[in-house]
Amino acid sequence: MPIREDVLVVGGGLAGATAALSAAETGASVRLVSYKKSTLRFASGFVDALGYAPDGEGPIADPFEAIAELPADHPYSVVGEDAVREGFELFDGVVGDAYRGGHTDANALLLTHGGTVKPTARYPESAAPGLASDPRDALLVGFESLTDFDAPLAARHLSAAGVPFSVEGVTVSFPRRFRADAKVTRFAKALDRDERADGAGTRRALAETVAPHLGAAERVGFPALLGDERADEVRADLEAALGAEVFEIPTGPPSLLGLKLEDALYSALDEAGVRISTGNPVVDYEADGERVRAVYVDRKGQRVPYHAEQFVLATGGLVGKGIDSGRGGVEEPIFGCRVPHSEDRYDWFEDDAFGDHAFARFGVVPDAELRPTDEGGGPHFSNLRAAGGVVGGADFAAEKSGGGVSLATGLVAGRNAGEEAT
Amino acid sequence: MSDAEQPRSEDDFEPVQVFPEAEEMDLRPGADNCYKCTTCDSVCPVAEVDDEFPGPKFQGPEQWRLKRKGDEDIDPSVMSCSNCMRCDNACPSSVPLSQMHNAARGEYVEAQMDTLSREYVRNRVLANYRTMAELGSKVPRLTNFVMGLGVTKLFNEKVLGITSKRDFPEFAEQTFREWWEERGGAAASKKRAREARAERGDDTTSDEKRVAYFHGCYSNYNTPEVGKALVRVFESFGYEVVVPRQRCSGTPMFANGMLKDAERAAGVNAERFSGLIEEGYDVVASCTSCSMSLRQEYPELFSMDGVEDLSNHTYEAMEYLRIHEDLEGALEEASVSDRSYAYHAPCHARNQGLDRQAVELFRDLDGVTIEDVGPSCSGISGTYGWKAEKYDTSMAIGEEMFEHMEHAAGEVGMTECPTCSMQMEHGTGYEIRHPLQVLEEALT
Repeated sequence: MPIREDVLVVGGGLAGATAALSAAETGASVRLVSYKKSTLRFASGFVDALGYAPDGEGPIADPFEAIAELPADHPYSVVGEDAVREGFELFDGVVGDAYRGGHTDANALLLTHGGTVKPTARYPESAAPGLASDPRDALLVGFESLTDFDAPLAARHLSAAGVPFSVEGVTVSFPRRFRADAKVTRFAKALDRDERADGAGTRRALAETVAPHLGAAERVGFPALLGDERADEVRADLEAALGAEVFEIPTGPPSLLGLKLEDALYSALDEAGVRISTGNPVVDYEADGERVRAVYVDRKGQRVPYHAEQFVLATGGLVGKGIDSGRGGVEEPIFGCRVPHSEDRYDWFEDDAFGDHAFARFGVVPDAELRPTDEGGGPHFSNLRAAGGVVGGADFAAEKSGGGVSLATGLVAGRNAGEEAT
Repeated sequence: MSDAEQPRSEDDFEPVQVFPEAEEMDLRPGADNCYKCTTCDSVCPVAEVDDEFPGPKFQGPEQWRLKRKGDEDIDPSVMSCSNCMRCDNACPSSVPLSQMHNAARGEYVEAQMDTLSREYVRNRVLANYRTMAELGSKVPRLTNFVMGLGVTKLFNEKVLGITSKRDFPEFAEQTFREWWEERGGAAASKKRAREARAERGDDTTSDEKRVAYFHGCYSNYNTPEVGKALVRVFESFGYEVVVPRQRCSGTPMFANGMLKDAERAAGVNAERFSGLIEEGYDVVASCTSCSMSLRQEYPELFSMDGVEDLSNHTYEAMEYLRIHEDLEGALEEASVSDRSYAYHAPCHARNQGLDRQAVELFRDLDGVTIEDVGPSCSGISGTYGWKAEKYDTSMAIGEEMFEHMEHAAGEVGMTECPTCSMQMEHGTGYEIRHPLQVLEEALT
């Protein structure tokens, strides 16, 4: 009688969506439950495979070649290279032409809003003309009230890093005036609708503002706010008016590129017939010996059971709150799966901000089927698998491996769950 | 002292004990949880169309910090927040944004608003719709006639600041409660429920299946057909329904900063319903803003007896059946007359995790074609869109929904929220139905 599916996925980020899609491909009925808006809203929209080795070596040219060198407890070692490839194939199917990078195994080098160069495997089509390996000269444009992106500083950083092109940065005022703390979404809307600004449409007025700074640049980079629903049109208009290629550089939250990726994933989920319940947290579970029977969703005080044959835990890491820490220890809060960590919390981190922090690898320890394991090394439950940030063993921020780990583990956990449930 | 220098023994010092127990509502932990990611601002429907509105991050954690030392007034822009509560749902750090907004708005109205001002009087009138409706529905035809008059609308607009662009919702000729009493009240419901249980092969003597209906104002005075549908559907599953005396849920009062009015209403509701909860009843509501209020706003804002119990036992009606009955199975065998619906999920349904429920359930129901018209807000937000100065904002927010409704195949609208339904009808001219009416047609 209660709410019941073959597979229930807890978590609505990249890993959860991938798990749900790959479970649905097996023919299983699938429900995805997620609490708040996903951390994709903070994400750059780049999807990395592996940019640096765990010892810091890199940037890595071919992430797939480097997988064999990873330690045995790394999620990539657990699922294997083929699963990583299949994860990216699934992703390519979801995003279609909106993304680039699928034509090669090699990493691409993309610009970041801090003026660094980042190795990544997939990137939005709108970022493609900004490749750091492209020798054409570039102009970076920032806006006075948007402190997220300091274009002159980013340009100097890039020059200092030795990029193979000349790059200048300029800060201009956006032709359409907003309150000082206006969000990137507001800028995007003005461009989408081409609102009147300085006697012309916003797009034209923006091109006219930028043109005097163009110099010899053949491409112009803006923070990622060049339209939302009509982004293609906005870029085409700017390119025509400037006579240069235009590209986007991802910015901090709220990230439009992350939002667009979220939209693409959720459309794919709808199309695959995945049922989605959002807005309430999973807080508890009910087990029958070694099988999970149901998870409980807290709907503002009422505990509602969601039954399934198979479960996938894709609640994220420390930022997504799939892993929780306090003064007393580190835990996986829903099922209480083991998260190895030192008793002394001063061992969890290094004093160097960019040091090799233990906390960055905190997470559940999966068996070969991605089932979280207990102290004895056996699975906590026979029908519970984990995917994405909640799985330990990878420092995704340092390695640039977060996207790929979510895709690969999501694919395997979802597929195994689906196959076993049907 | 930096964190790294703190004493390593946990026995001698616990930072949290430095602060005394809070006597008033302490929103500091919530404010501290905000790491300024701005996700809330990106989902705020008012900020989306009103460039002057600073957005939920300012209204909540930032304003709370600004006024902590007591020398800053509440910014009047808090009155432009429509209390859609989408920010709550968006925040990845669980900052209680709407609670902060409600608290700030209450404080603004209490301390900074002139109680003789037109705005205050108008807001008080709107917030206390029930009082007006109680009077009006005694002579429904006369009231409907008077409210429809151009001169009444002109008076409302010029004197009260209530927009003349909307048609006042008509009062039903018989209220839900009048129908309920005429039908025999709880005793009749008990009899019907037992008959249904006998037919279903359930235990006829058990009192497992008992619910108390929170109908709220709108389905009592304006759309009794929704209340009747709820009663009939629940009885068909063998539930005995009771309909306690009740006041407004408080939703329009929170949105207008009339916290004292809301507290009085909440006190009555908590008292009337918590006794029943002790006897084993659960509470069901047909309006998603009513259920939202009972579930979330009461315990966030008031500490009176019964509020926690009421919160923990309140459900949206269809949600309740979905959890306790094989609703999907029942619908598989059912059919309704052919209709194509354009469904809009109210913001407050979204916050309870119910935004996909209707589409999920009716998608496979024989006779029904149903399409979700997208995640945008309808823009009316209860009393908000009735205010003359907010009307344009309200319609600008609603534009996306109107467009999607026009594009959807459906020519009939569907939603759980009475004021969303007013807005849908106002923007498109469609007839709007409540999901419970479709359930009633399918199952009874």
